Amino acid sequence: MIDRVTNILVVGIGGQGVMTAAEMLARTALSQGYDVKKTEVAGMAQRGGVVSSHVRFGSKVYSPQIDPGEADLLIGFEAAESLRWLPHLRPTGVAMVNTLRIAPPVVSAGLYDYPDNPIGDLAAAGIEVHAFDAGAIAGQLGNSKLVNTIMLGAISDYLPFPAGVLKASIIEGFRAYKPKLADINAQAFDAGREAGHVKAMTTHRSAA
Amino acid sequence: MNAVVQAKAESHRHLLSGNEAVARAAWEAGVRVAAAYPGTPATEILENIALYPDIYSEWSVNEKVAVEVAIGASLAGSRALAAMKHVGMNVASDAFMTQSLAGVVGGLVIVVADDVGLSSSQNEQDSRYWGRFGHMPILEPADSQEAYEMVKRAFDLSEEHEVPVIVRMTTRVCHVKAMVEFNGERTEHRAAGFQKNPQRWVMTPANAKPRLPIMHERDRKFRELSETIDLNAVFPGGDRRIGFVTSGPAFMHVRETFPSAPVLKLGFSCPPPLDKVRAFAGQVDILVVVEETESLLETEIRAAGVAVRGKDILPHFGELAPSVLRPALKPLLGEPYEIPKRSQADVFPRPPTMCASCPHLGPYFALSHIRNLNIIGDIGCYTLGAGHPWNALDTCTCMGASLSMAHGMDKGRGASDEKKHIVAVIGDSTFLHMGMQGLLNMIYNRGNVTVLLLDNRSVGMTGGQENPGTGEDLHGLPAPRVDFAKLVEALGVRPERIRMVDPYELPTMVKLVREEIKMEEPSVIITNRPCSLTDRFERLQPYTVIDDQCTGCGNCIDLGCPAIFVARRETVTAKNGKSKELTFARIDANACTGCHMCVETCAPAAIVQPQNRVIRIQPHD
Repeated sequence: MIDRVTNILVVGIGGQGVMTAAEMLARTALSQGYDVKKTEVAGMAQRGGVVSSHVRFGSKVYSPQIDPGEADLLIGFEAAESLRWLPHLRPTGVAMVNTLRIAPPVVSAGLYDYPDNPIGDLAAAGIEVHAFDAGAIAGQLGNSKLVNTIMLGAISDYLPFPAGVLKASIIEGFRAYKPKLADINAQAFDAGREAGHVKAMTTHRSAA
Repeated sequence: MNAVVQAKAESHRHLLSGNEAVARAAWEAGVRVAAAYPGTPATEILENIALYPDIYSEWSVNEKVAVEVAIGASLAGSRALAAMKHVGMNVASDAFMTQSLAGVVGGLVIVVADDVGLSSSQNEQDSRYWGRFGHMPILEPADSQEAYEMVKRAFDLSEEHEVPVIVRMTTRVCHVKAMVEFNGERTEHRAAGFQKNPQRWVMTPANAKPRLPIMHERDRKFRELSETIDLNAVFPGGDRRIGFVTSGPAFMHVRETFPSAPVLKLGFSCPPPLDKVRAFAGQVDILVVVEETESLLETEIRAAGVAVRGKDILPHFGELAPSVLRPALKPLLGEPYEIPKRSQADVFPRPPTMCASCPHLGPYFALSHIRNLNIIGDIGCYTLGAGHPWNALDTCTCMGASLSMAHGMDKGRGASDEKKHIVAVIGDSTFLHMGMQGLLNMIYNRGNVTVLLLDNRSVGMTGGQENPGTGEDLHGLPAPRVDFAKLVEALGVRPERIRMVDPYELPTMVKLVREEIKMEEPSVIITNRPCSLTDRFERLQPYTVIDDQCTGCGNCIDLGCPAIFVARRETVTAKNGKSKELTFARIDANACTGCHMCVETCAPAAIVQPQNRVIRIQPHD
């Protein structure tokens, strides 16, 4: 166990499973003997708003919030949401991003623009970006609800505890409550883990 | 059953939200009656208490009723709890402002959750004032573990001193999950039964007056207790340049930001331990009070003659997170602080919106297509009607205000209102909470307002809780269901002016509103579709847009359904030579729930269900 506090920011929009993923990380960290705090602001999240969940663990955690510039890991369930939270990442931080794009009604109506290349913008900021289409992997495995497990698999090699610990704790949960889904989630975790290893090209066209 | 409910004392280290910790503590403390009205961020307190079969728990119709239910139980000798969000305290205050004078028998704890930072509220207010105003002690937990411990302490204090005790939470305690170690099982507190004593319980002037010196003597005892109680403790630190006085979750932010500074943490913050603060101040160079949100402790400490800094350098509102404390306090130490440089990403806003199939979409489609309306709103999901694309809500103040404010606007019409029709919009639960008095008042005083009573059979915004209009109780058991048509008729609305409507039938919806606003008397239009996030809603096959039949009129987009997107825009030249923008639509099959509302907006019949199967869901009766 490491003393230093690990800060993980999970972001997306209401209904994507952001809070479930954060809960999974928090419970796993707790099982490893860490002090853990998890917080989210999601007052109206179910209404299509922005959801962010902060997970902090270490030998002792005081404030539940991750300050701007303090996140070690950003898990983005949607491309533009990942870009929105970029200022929260450390310069040495890692962003794990699902390339899914969901435009809200204000964008659809033409009031605002969706960024052309949010992944490129993230990479241009000089952080380590890993981006892949988690939905496509879920589709190949035959269940769109696997995105959550795929994203957790993708970040499992960037945690202060072994990937197998997170995998075991996810699969254990499925064995207890939805045993039929345990095997497919194990596959999803492994597929996500593999996808998470590939870095996004930093030579993308920049924010301009 | 929930794991926390089943947990025995020997199983330790649970990851609990502050609200879950309050529920566990209430159960262990032997609470027999708990009542609340849903409100963010307090809602989950009662939802979790409801999981414990040893506690009678209920959704009350409003916070005043909840506190009165708890008071009644306390007078019978039972330990009782009422929970609410900060604005609920305003509603409940009539009850507890007098009961704190009369006192309590069974421990009575009011858990109030302040929405510091306004994640889902109409204002930000500091409930710690109520302790001063109502002569009640306040405990302020900083995290889930403390919420668990302090709720148990609060019951002991309440019983020992015969006074309601306030446990003041904030969003950052209620909704943070943190480690909690349990150390107890449930301790039963038998209720002796109500002991009649009119001098004590009948608060006439003659009986209330002798209670005043007793109340002030109680305050004196609490001031003494505050100096010695272990909840007010100094956390030593080697760097004495700044010493902090703090309470609630601000303590965590202070420790995070200044780990080696001494801190006097006030868990029992009302009344504050002024001697202890004075002694602490003597040990540090500068004393700074970090409190959310008003300068309450700071004012009291300064009045005691202790030099103190606080809101002169810290914000008067919002959370005092490390990112706020650092730039405010580092300069005080002569350490200029630069905010980390990373340009703010320029990303569009993602405001909350109504859901696909939301039964409020129909009424707002109607309101946004009718001119000359002043639309007086209320608290609930329908407040979102103020936003894009409806722009059809003009005020939102507090629970139930729509009807009474609309009545006042009708009576106080100004020059520009002469041709305006006044409309009030309110939901089922808000109407029952505090709205029906406004309707009664309007009828009695011969007002003229068109009321849209949007009955979606749930408390929608807080997550679909039950109320007397839903037919179920907190536990999901069948309950008597109020008949809104009969209720408003009993309040005096003429039967001809009570119009029941299926909000999915857009042409009827628009026609009804047009008809009723012309009437020279109060009308009530009642909608009858359930919230699409609740189990009462039946999801049907999604619709799709036939591309080559879509003419780009954009009518369906005006509905504001989040399942309908702009597929493409085209600028064309109309016959009169003017250019015209066309908006072609597409429907996201994953988001569409098949309510058919958009079909009603589509003249060329380009919106269809695959296989062209048309199913109509039956509205609830």
